[in-house]
Amino acid sequence: MPGVRIMMRVAVLLFLVTPVWAGTPVPEIPKGKGQQCVEDTAMMRTNHMEFILHQRDDTMHRGIRTKKHSLKECIECHAVKGDDGMPVSVESPKHFCSVCHRYAAVSIDCFQCHNSKPEIKLTGDRNGQ
Amino acid sequence: MANNDTNIDQYRRRFLERSTAVLAAGVIAPGVFLHTVANARPADEAVTSKVRWGMLVDSGKCKTGCDKCVKACEVENGLTRTGRPEIDAQWIRKVTLKNKQTGHTTSLPMLCQHCAEPPCVDVCPTGASFKRADGIVLVDKHICIGCRYCMMACPYKARSFIHEDITDQKAHAPRGKGTVESCTFCVHRVDKGQSPACVSACDEGAMVFGDMNDPQSEISQRLREVQSMEIRGDLGLNLGVRYQGI
Ligand code: HEC
Ligand code: HEC
Ligand code: HEC
Repeated sequence: MPGVRIMMRVAVLLFLVTPVWAGTPVPEIPKGKGQQCVEDTAMMRTNHMEFILHQRDDTMHRGIRTKKHSLKECIECHAVKGDDGMPVSVESPKHFCSVCHRYAAVSIDCFQCHNSKPEIKLTGDRNGQ
Repeated sequence: MANNDTNIDQYRRRFLERSTAVLAAGVIAPGVFLHTVANARPADEAVTSKVRWGMLVDSGKCKTGCDKCVKACEVENGLTRTGRPEIDAQWIRKVTLKNKQTGHTTSLPMLCQHCAEPPCVDVCPTGASFKRADGIVLVDKHICIGCRYCMMACPYKARSFIHEDITDQKAHAPRGKGTVESCTFCVHRVDKGQSPACVSACDEGAMVFGDMNDPQSEISQRLREVQSMEIRGDLGLNLGVRYQGI
């Protein structure tokens, strides 16, 4: 029932972006690196899943490796540091992808396979790359 | 989400298309006009069947006891040990062949043979096992249900099932419990114009990687010059990995 789901999504998102319900706790979304996201912010709020799911199929099946909608890049820009100064994993309620998802009871399985933390850049030899 | 379901429907349909496409390609491929393909394809360009990635292993140069290729694969793809070797994922392994009559032994690496006619793709019920246009056989883990039919179908025992949760994966090699995986020819490196990690790690020069469709490539020239064979060539799977000296 896509209709119902879209309505639900709109309702949830209205709820997220317009804190007009005085006193209702709304998620505090950590800011990403840089000035803006890869698409318009409002567009990202509503449609981020479409972009990454589309990218997923393009990369997997067609070998397209553009950075714009790549999940790896979301993780790089949206890393949130914990008390120890290291990026937190999706297990943490502070993780960028967890803040809203916990709030809106969305569960995604992506991070069973994908690392939810940015890759630590090693300066040493990585198989002679 | 609704569009997930439609995606899967599309995969199912494409699976049918793909099986016919493979047949068609088999008919058209020989003799088509081929030109050199630049090594690093632009990031926004899709792979095509103009390229067929392949590997030639010279077992004469492959040293018994050396497992640099195996180690490099583990590092590159983050294949960590579980402490239970029988369930550890293995994308490449060293095998020793022994001629029982003469006692002569040959050492060689065994990995996914990236068949042109992959049995794993034929048996996959969801279309998760697929062959990319450029010949690389992969598992789309997003639609793999972990049934392991592909593992049964593979004549080379090239695939592994992930039994336990994994954390701290490499960003370029997502892996997780409940899905099947195997050598990807380091697709993330190949897409950047690099060789697979095992090939780069082999100091003996026992492995050559390249485009088998490009007559100028090192691999095509070598395949023309030397006697090579396909393991279980009798199965007629048209392998992407060829061996010299066995
Ligand atoms: C069972 C393991 C698994 C799960 C679960 C999984 N992925 Fe992936 N994903 C992979 C693999 C393997 C690749 C291929 C990596 C490559 O070739 O570079 C990949 C690639 C991708 C890519 C392209 C590479 C990138 O970083 O941009 C995207 C986007 C992606 N997945 C999105 C998702 C999303 C969204 C989810 C959750 C809805 C998800 N994946 C769940 C295994 C998984
Ligand atoms: C270049 C760094 C960068 C990348 C890459 C990036 N983002 Fe963003 N993102 C930002 C910034 C900065 C903002 C805040 C923009 C603003 O305040 O208007 C943002 C905002 C967002 C928001 C809205 C958050 C809110 O405050 O409501 C979402 C959702 C989002 N990003 C998801 C993603 C996803 C998913 C990806 C991967 C496809 C991604 N971003 C990639 C920098 C990035
Ligand atoms: C601004 C809040 C917000 C942020 C930040 C956010 N999401 Fe979401 N996400 C949502 C909401 C709300 C939904 C549910 C939409 C629905 O049910 O249609 C959702 C759904 C998804 C879905 C589809 C789930 C499904 O099964 O339908 C994916 C995939 C996803 N998000 C990935 C991410 C990733 C990856 C990040 C971090 C890079 C992220 N999201 C950050 C609010 C957010």
